[in-house]
Amino acid sequence: MAKIIYIEHNGTRHEVDVKTGLSVMEGAVKNNIPGIDGDCGGACACATCHVYVQPEWQAKLNPPEDLETSMLEFAENVQANSRLSCQIPVSDALDGLTVHMPESQH
Amino acid sequence: MTEQALGADARVVIIGAGHAGGSAVAFLRQFGFAGPIVLIGDEPTPPYQRPPLSKAWLKGEADAASLMLKPESFYVEQGIDLRLSSKAVAIDRAAKTVTLDSGTVAYDVLIIATGARARRLPLPGADLYGVLELRNAADAEKLKTAIGPGKRLAVVGGGYVGLEVAASARALGADAVVIERESRVLARVACPELSAFFQSYHGAKGVAFELDAGVEGFEGANGHITGVRLSGGRIVPCDAAVVGVGAVPNDELAAAAGLAIDNGIVVDGEARTSDPAIFAIGDVTRRPLPLYGRMHRLESVPNALEQAKQVASALTGRKQPAPEVPWFWSDQYDLKLQIAGIPFDADRIVVRGHVEAAKFAVFHLKGDRIVAVEAVNAPPEFMAGKLLIGQAKPIDIAKLSNDSVSMKEVAA
Repeated sequence: MAKIIYIEHNGTRHEVDVKTGLSVMEGAVKNNIPGIDGDCGGACACATCHVYVQPEWQAKLNPPEDLETSMLEFAENVQANSRLSCQIPVSDALDGLTVHMPESQH
Repeated sequence: MTEQALGADARVVIIGAGHAGGSAVAFLRQFGFAGPIVLIGDEPTPPYQRPPLSKAWLKGEADAASLMLKPESFYVEQGIDLRLSSKAVAIDRAAKTVTLDSGTVAYDVLIIATGARARRLPLPGADLYGVLELRNAADAEKLKTAIGPGKRLAVVGGGYVGLEVAASARALGADAVVIERESRVLARVACPELSAFFQSYHGAKGVAFELDAGVEGFEGANGHITGVRLSGGRIVPCDAAVVGVGAVPNDELAAAAGLAIDNGIVVDGEARTSDPAIFAIGDVTRRPLPLYGRMHRLESVPNALEQAKQVASALTGRKQPAPEVPWFWSDQYDLKLQIAGIPFDADRIVVRGHVEAAKFAVFHLKGDRIVAVEAVNAPPEFMAGKLLIGQAKPIDIAKLSNDSVSMKEVAA
């Protein structure tokens, strides 16, 4: 279990407990947090769960695999700290992880 | 066009608790609609994801809880009147009511999200135990028990669902034979190049094929299937058969209520039917595809989500989302297939990458514009292709064909 903080593009903040083993995307979708769609259900096929990870957290996450990197290459509004949240598994070590959402997922 | 938002106490009734209906509930609440919502589903479970039923779930890599769109607590917390195991039997448009097998519900706005069902083959033996289809969780449970090690599964129909099931069967140690009426698999949905690739890949994984093979019936003993009889009389022995020969829209309720139907419920770009108080979303609709200038019925999760957003936007007075490029995905073995667009009126094919390395994309062009891309283990081609289809941007075909030129440069 970890507390994950999701911040919408308009600044609205959502703080929810997410079970270990779920992804950061699933944590948002199951709590109906707007701005993370997860169209493909976590198959890394759609890039609709794009988030910006706060810099102090970047190094604590599993690094992106090639598939995620190449999906992100063509997503909109990509930054150096962009990740696909379906590829970030939640663990106790991520308690307090804060992610910001882009303006849109397309 | 932004519309008048729905009154705060207007009641929204949704028939169909699948991916479309469940997502409509989620977006209505996300977009600020706080009024009463009734969600009616004929299955015993709250909305869940169907795509994993032929893939991760079937292989035992995902459990039932992980398939749920939202946890059950969501419906309680959000005040959703969830009516499961309930079947809608009639719509009275004049009285604005839906008749259920267990009573009547009044609506101010009705959303029809009844989906599609597996097409059935009216053949002798189709009622034998072990003749299966795959559309919902109950179907998937039956299929899962039928495909252990040493079992032999016949897959009737070489479409995406059939091939995904064949791949999962192999992963579980079962034999699989795909029986296809046409001369190639994926004949309705993919180009010959892709069909050839998938057939050869499945063949290398031990899947057998019967092509150009009509099915005359199912053979059985003691009420249980023992084989599939092909036209000509030859019998393909099996312990179970899954029939995946397409889907038909569940549009009968809407048709009986007098809504406009054309192989699916006809809707506009906001998912509204011919009755302004009734919307329809998901597999059951025939909808405009603005990027292609035509009406079409799509069977896909992204389509269900897009239309769920359209109806939630219309009902909350929110600006309509921009039209999306239709897209699809399929996972088989270690292959990730991603498809964007539909090859309407395409006049040229460009293959980029290396088919033999299972890393390539087939682009379908109309003139110098991409109208569809089928990408195998090639996410940049899929993502860039999807972008270029949406922009309807002319491209340099020489660059596109040359995979030493990056997709960034092709798209520039």
